[in-house]
Amino acid sequence: MIKNISNLGDAAVYCDFGIEVNKSINSNVIKYFNSIKEKKFKGIINLTPSYNKLIISYDLKLTNFNEVKSYVESINVTDSITFVSKKIEIPVCCHEMFSMDIKRVEEKLNLSREKILDNFLNKEYFCYMTGFIAGMPFLGDLDKNMRVQRLETPRVKVPKGSVAITEQFANIYTFESPGGWNVIGNTPIDVFDSSKEDEPNLINPGDTVIFKEITLDQYKNFNEQ
Amino acid sequence: MSNNYFDIIRPGINSTFQDKGRECLYHIGIPFSGAMDNRNYLMANKLVGNKLDSAVIEFAYQGPHLKYSGAKINFAITGDVIFKIKKEHTEIEGNCYESYQIENGDEINIISTNKSVYGYLALGGELDLKFQWNSCSINTKANIGANNGKKLDTGQRINLKKINSNRDVKKINYINTKIENIRVIKGTNFDYFSEDGKKIFYEKEFTVSKLSDRMGMRLEGTKIENIVNTNIKSEGLIKGVIQVPADGNPIIMLSDHGTIGGYPKIGVVASVDYDRLVQMSPGSKIKFKEINLSDAETLFKLYEMETQNLLSQIQ
Repeated sequence: MIKNISNLGDAAVYCDFGIEVNKSINSNVIKYFNSIKEKKFKGIINLTPSYNKLIISYDLKLTNFNEVKSYVESINVTDSITFVSKKIEIPVCCHEMFSMDIKRVEEKLNLSREKILDNFLNKEYFCYMTGFIAGMPFLGDLDKNMRVQRLETPRVKVPKGSVAITEQFANIYTFESPGGWNVIGNTPIDVFDSSKEDEPNLINPGDTVIFKEITLDQYKNFNEQ
Repeated sequence: MSNNYFDIIRPGINSTFQDKGRECLYHIGIPFSGAMDNRNYLMANKLVGNKLDSAVIEFAYQGPHLKYSGAKINFAITGDVIFKIKKEHTEIEGNCYESYQIENGDEINIISTNKSVYGYLALGGELDLKFQWNSCSINTKANIGANNGKKLDTGQRINLKKINSNRDVKKINYINTKIENIRVIKGTNFDYFSEDGKKIFYEKEFTVSKLSDRMGMRLEGTKIENIVNTNIKSEGLIKGVIQVPADGNPIIMLSDHGTIGGYPKIGVVASVDYDRLVQMSPGSKIKFKEINLSDAETLFKLYEMETQNLLSQIQ
């Protein structure tokens, strides 16, 4: 399943599962990720699964590339390794107060606001990976007619809770952060909670997410219920 | 409440609590963090008789000005740092790599780092700090770690849970060496760049930009031309990765880096040179030199032996 294993610098192993982005390749990445995580090989200090790559970083004081590479090659990932996946509803308010890039998306896609939201909401998206900033989920796939490029000039500050799209993916900004995705709404819920050390992420790789629209009033009252 | 504490008169520019960092969290988007310059971090702790993985105060450019209340305590500063110790009737200039004893009412004033970025203040005892995922390291981007994940601020108090009973002062002669070349290993997207671009990467000088912090170091210089694609499908990053975005200027990922990125990776800084890389201040010139994996592993082993040797000399 791994097409090629190489070194990323002197303290990480780079596992390449292919160039395409699809659920089948990503599921293999996640299987390896779970398997390596559970076995706790000496010296491995971090694992970063993404669409079609897995990066394994290690403490060069405790192990080295050849040892970790041999270990990865020895792993027998079978279909019996399953991961629990949840279905999560995310309330999103698409009021103009939040949807700051909707005009741009309308122009690029030549679709009306209503049509864009209709295409986006109430559909199931698969979480391929989390990261960049703590807990940020990378969700896909958007309909083919919904795919827009990143902003030409990224924003210095994207507000916390922003729901944004680019190419075949949607994401949620768990913190205020720089970013170049097209913001079309905002969620009032905390997608990352650092006080929950065991499970800080609401959404994990393999989970399914559905965006449900809420009104501005519902948004404002959301955290007071 | 603690009877031994420091009041922050001036916090300094980027003062945070740091320790060894956090492991096994890249997959949820939390970087390693921890002290940027690991050797200086370890030496600071050793000089005050702390466990090597204890929390210290890391500062950049200008450090904090602190006033102490409590029983006698040792402190030490490492890096290339100018600081003063103010007692009731005297004020002396302190030396790095030497521990000092202070008492109730004394002040430590860390004026600045000298042609470097980070310095470390270790206090002989145990700081009273919140831990998250086995580390107190402050990550200001995700507000994780001690002090609610925020930089130190004026008027705050740093409490000690415990003071070391052994207060012998220690000292070591050590000078931070500068290196002319930063050694790198070829990145996974090296072939995305034109022949000229590859040459520029290894032959030209780059200047460290002001837009550098604990997350990343931005470089300016001759643009590196990409002939394949200026974006890749987002994938994991590690510290030391050198990404080149569409504008052709390299960015080096440092300890608080985003865990995922979509720019091509031209190279990765060899672990042996990381401590010295992070100390290069804005305006410094960097030149990259290619080495292979096995040389990088050997060089790191030697560097690590040297670090252990230095630590064992501090008694």
